[in-house]
Amino acid sequence: MSARASDLKDLYRQIVLDHSRHPRNQRRPERFDREAEGHNPLCGDKVRIYLDLQGGVLQDVAFEATGCAICLASASLMTECTRGRAVPEARAAIDRFEQALTTDGSTLTGDLAALGGVSQYPSRIRCATLPWKTLRAALDAYPDTVTTE
Amino acid sequence: MNATSSATAHPVLDLTSVRRDFPILDQAINGHPLAYLDNAASSQRPQQVLDAIQRYYTHDHANVHRGVHTLSHRATDLYEGARETVRSFINAASVREIVFTRGTTESINLVAFTFGQRLKAGDEILITAMEHHSNIVPWQLLCERSGAVLRVAPINDAGELLLDDFLRLLGPRTKLVAVTHVSNALGTVNPVRAIVAAAHRQGIPVLLDGAQAIPHQGVDVRDLDCDFYAFSGHKMCGPTGIGVLYGREALLQDLPPFQGGGDMILTVSFNGTTYNELPYRLEAGTPHIAGAVGLAAAIDYLTGIGMKNIAAWESQLLAYATRSLLELPGLTILGTAADKAGVISFNIDGIHPHDLGTVLDQQGVAIRAGHHCAMPVMQRFGVSGTARASFAFYNNRADINQLIDALRIAQRMFS
Repeated sequence: MSARASDLKDLYRQIVLDHSRHPRNQRRPERFDREAEGHNPLCGDKVRIYLDLQGGVLQDVAFEATGCAICLASASLMTECTRGRAVPEARAAIDRFEQALTTDGSTLTGDLAALGGVSQYPSRIRCATLPWKTLRAALDAYPDTVTTE
Repeated sequence: MNATSSATAHPVLDLTSVRRDFPILDQAINGHPLAYLDNAASSQRPQQVLDAIQRYYTHDHANVHRGVHTLSHRATDLYEGARETVRSFINAASVREIVFTRGTTESINLVAFTFGQRLKAGDEILITAMEHHSNIVPWQLLCERSGAVLRVAPINDAGELLLDDFLRLLGPRTKLVAVTHVSNALGTVNPVRAIVAAAHRQGIPVLLDGAQAIPHQGVDVRDLDCDFYAFSGHKMCGPTGIGVLYGREALLQDLPPFQGGGDMILTVSFNGTTYNELPYRLEAGTPHIAGAVGLAAAIDYLTGIGMKNIAAWESQLLAYATRSLLELPGLTILGTAADKAGVISFNIDGIHPHDLGTVLDQQGVAIRAGHHCAMPVMQRFGVSGTARASFAFYNNRADINQLIDALRIAQRMFS
């Protein structure tokens, strides 16, 4: 196996493959008070985020999406990482994630660290950041579709 | 071009020699030999084209149609010689019918902005459901400007135009038919002769988008009897940034200017301007001279190999690739027209095209993943995108075998 082929395993780590095959919180909740849709026009990835924000806390974070493995895994991991957090904490997590992917990905911790390899694939960074940008739009109650363009 | 015409692939051209002409093919990508299967997006260039461009800039460059000095004469001769090469290649009646543009997109926009000026509210433009965005959006913009209506003829599940529906949509309101010759997303070859004949029976001009057809088969605009034919240099081994609009002379004569500037005028005063004759009237400003020179070199190269040989080999490649791909479990081909060019759009169960694109790139295989600038086609088939392998005459069976091996790796990875 070539050096680059092992890099591919760095992109599609086991946790990423697991979350893409079995995304957590991929559902339209019965109760939500914020939603936003994100779209990556280049590849057609679409994400819709639903938030229950009672008491200024992300009581529930759920999503619906059509997208690639990276996008689905990122959305799934994001719901797990942000659920239960206060809004400012969630915003900080979004900033940290975007920052990490536009550098070398090494600052990501916990299960999110599995997405660090995406930073080495410039054409795929937008796949991973789309759910997070969409979450930010939902927090902003921004009415329009966001895009990664 | 028929996908099922041959059982085994026997080269009808000397592939070893052909591949030596394309220096870019001789490289490793991520530790693997490059298998370049993204030719529908852009082809590669042979050394002969690179040399022609280099020679032009090294020895012959000056502005055209202006100077009295030697270099300007040489540049003008080369540029106008390229126009004659294009004319001969597509068998146009006159070099006045060959307008150089930036590419297919600009060629279509030129028609939309000039021919389109005569359209008014209630007029109709008829296209098909398999068009590239570049043969949709210019007409939508024209409809916004003029109040005309865009009509779309449907396609069947094989990706073939429903000709009866198309014919029903043709009518007294139709002012232009704009149809792709070959679909970039599905590979379908349209029955353009029947389309042109039907439209002409009602006096309606026809524009053919030839971007995907002209690199792969001989095109004779007089035999097709079309009124406009648009194509790009970069998909036929020529440079980027150069393309052609063929227009029937009688139609071009009636067109108002497209862009204003130098070269498209005879005299300019503040009281008024006299426009130049065809085709210069439609080519404002200093043209892409080196692009035209490179395009002519590409045409000479293709003609040297022979368009019949190119079509025959690509047809064998298509048959071989189709058969090999269908052996993979869970693989679906979108676009199964009886008459098909060397383009295969496909999806594999459980793997998003973008993930396929990345895994294949790691194995040295270049394909396109996404909507192929044909989102309505994707919607027609209920997918957000596909993976697309597209062939050129310099591809060989090893390229296709490498594609299949890489797809098996992707399947193992995502299983």
